[in-house]
Amino acid sequence: MSRIQAIAQTMTAPVAIKTKLSVDRLSMVFERDGTRTEVLNNISLEVGDGEFVCLLGPSGCGKTTLLNAMAGFLSPTSGEIRVDGEPVRHPDPRRIFVFQERGVFPWLTVEGNIGFGLSRLPRAEREQRIAHYVKMVGLQGFEKTYPQELSGGMKQRLEVARALAVNPDMLLLDEPFGALDSITRLVMRGELLRIWEAERKTIVFVTHDIDEAVQLADRVVVMSARPAAIQRIVDIDIPHPRDISDPRYLELRDGIFRQIGLAHKI
Amino acid sequence: MNGFSQPAKWERLFWPLLATALLLALWYYSVRWSGTKVFPSPLEVEKGLAELLRHHVLWGDIVDSLRRVAIGYGLAVLIGVPLGLTLGWYPALNQIVNPVMQILRPISPIAWIPVAIIFFGIGDRAAAFLIFLGAFFPIVVACINGVSNVPSVYRRAGRNFGLTPPQLLAKVLFPAALPQILVGLRIALGIAWLVVVAAEMIAVDSGLGFLVIDSRNSGKRYDLVVAAILMIGVIGLILDVAFRRLEKLRSVRWGFRLDA
Amino acid sequence: MPGQTAALARLRLLLRPVAFIAVLLLLWSVAVRRAPGHLLPGPWGVVGGIVDLIRHGLLLKYVVASLFRVTWGFILAVVLAIPLGLAIGWYRRAELALNPILQILRPISPLAWIPIAILWFGVGDLAAVFLIFIGCFFPLMLTAINAVHSVPAVYINAGRNFGLSSAALVRRILYPAVVPHLIVGLRITLGIAWLVVVAAEMIAVSSGLGFLIVDARNAGNRYDLVVAGMLIIGLIGLLLDLGMQSLENVRSFRWGYSED
Repeated sequence: MSRIQAIAQTMTAPVAIKTKLSVDRLSMVFERDGTRTEVLNNISLEVGDGEFVCLLGPSGCGKTTLLNAMAGFLSPTSGEIRVDGEPVRHPDPRRIFVFQERGVFPWLTVEGNIGFGLSRLPRAEREQRIAHYVKMVGLQGFEKTYPQELSGGMKQRLEVARALAVNPDMLLLDEPFGALDSITRLVMRGELLRIWEAERKTIVFVTHDIDEAVQLADRVVVMSARPAAIQRIVDIDIPHPRDISDPRYLELRDGIFRQIGLAHKI
Repeated sequence: MNGFSQPAKWERLFWPLLATALLLALWYYSVRWSGTKVFPSPLEVEKGLAELLRHHVLWGDIVDSLRRVAIGYGLAVLIGVPLGLTLGWYPALNQIVNPVMQILRPISPIAWIPVAIIFFGIGDRAAAFLIFLGAFFPIVVACINGVSNVPSVYRRAGRNFGLTPPQLLAKVLFPAALPQILVGLRIALGIAWLVVVAAEMIAVDSGLGFLVIDSRNSGKRYDLVVAAILMIGVIGLILDVAFRRLEKLRSVRWGFRLDA
Repeated sequence: MPGQTAALARLRLLLRPVAFIAVLLLLWSVAVRRAPGHLLPGPWGVVGGIVDLIRHGLLLKYVVASLFRVTWGFILAVVLAIPLGLAIGWYRRAELALNPILQILRPISPLAWIPIAILWFGVGDLAAVFLIFIGCFFPLMLTAINAVHSVPAVYINAGRNFGLSSAALVRRILYPAVVPHLIVGLRITLGIAWLVVVAAEMIAVSSGLGFLIVDARNAGNRYDLVVAGMLIIGLIGLLLDLGMQSLENVRSFRWGYSED
């Protein structure tokens, strides 16, 4: 084999992606007043390091429950979740959960919120980090503002900044743009992708919006209604930035539409 | 609500002045008209007030009343806030203690006077004890409610960032519950003010409450009675307004919906 | 089987607060025995006191007297303060006019009105009812005013959109919308009424549970009756509160609490 051929071979060989998160036959059963509700049914899933995965499904189908289990807020009834090979038993700053903007602490300023998880750092480094993330999410000038004076989009950006500031391995986002108007939503999706490409965190993103999933994710996990099970995992093989009138985009999107059984014309 | 037309700025002064003037006039003329020899007219009350101020009686009584409130209320805050926070944080603990509190709470502090006198004798300490009782329960209840009403998002976010339970209590639950706690503290202060006046009418011999009852007993000086009553109202109002200022601080203001 | 385990679980839940109360009672009786000749009775002494009261027919008589005064004072206040308060809340200018006067009269303990009550009504039932009325009037009025403010503007606007006249707006939208808020205010004010009646009876009348407490102490240091009286006051106050709470749970009022 010539030298050029050898180099060509390494360039085309698939790069082995390390598994970051693995869900192994997870089931969640809730008991309330004597009635058992099976919310998750035998879910198995693997998320690679640095991957952007979307959990897609209608409201109430259990995807939020799955996300909460990944974060360690809920214990599985059976099955196991592992991150970096270790089982997940409780919440941890390495896996930060981003709520729908309501998770921002109203009694702290923008600076206070972003610096919330950084109390163990020396002061200079803390201030530096806060400034860095304020800039990254575009909230310069609002450092001393309280959340009640911010718009919904800004509060969401604040929450993402707070999550990133502690340098987590994984971000778990639960329909973070759900409370925003659709124009702001489009802007925020771009922002999230920009941040993801800069920091390459592993992201698991829950949404009920098919377009959002296809625009953002490397892979879309399509989930069925309660009890939730994985219907299909769709690989989105279009590189970023994605053109929403690109035929491949439309093809993948329509595929999911049909998978969920939705009408194509309104 | 019938804000189909918003009142103009000048009206904010005009209407209250008008109403107060009308009320005073009504008062004055009903005293004149009924020919009562005893009930004072507004002018007599004003003179009575001046008299109290001149003889320095009023300031001493005001200071006495405020001092008792400070001691009783201060103790209620020092003991009640930590207790309330703990009970709110551990609902199991609250469930054990709650029935006892529910039975003790409806007992007027005034009904405790004989017991208070046994333990503290007549004087400042008994009054402070009664004030403590009056303020204690509202404070504890407000703290319990404040903590249990903290949205679970905040708790989860705190845990997510790796906070230990004591850190969680101090850095998340307490600031989140603070608006509600402040409202409870303000109401408790109002109650403390009510109790001190009542306690002074029965169990001590100085203070604004005592002034009210003494003015009547020694000489039927109803002009002084009414003057003292008005002073009680004014000082109580000042306490309330001062406390409301605290609620405007920016780190708690988020918890209060904007007033129209 | 599941029914049994649920009932057992509930029983175990009740056990802990009961155990706590038992421990307190034990400590109390030990403390009393350690200090012989002390005026305060132990738990058994209190029970004896209650039995004593029942035997002399006083318990029922005093409870009825206190409840009678509370009922009259409270109902009078409700009938006057709520419509007035709703009207004041509805007309912005009326509120502007009367607010300062209300804010000064509100912090005045009802007991401070005693000399005036006695002047107008003499010593007796009427004076006590007047005091309870005063104690309830201002809180109820403020509750009604706040209730009007708390009606979301969307409801009023929807009413106007459908072409309702002012009168119809008040009748069909305001009244139903304020009811949940008013019921909560009624419960709190009933608690206040109960506190005031006890205090008023300690000073101004010669029957009722408050009177029992002063009388038992003055006529012979019967502290077992004093504490028995306090306990009964607490229990009845608690029952009144629970009664009002069950009113809050009535179906048609439930919608006001859907924010839970």
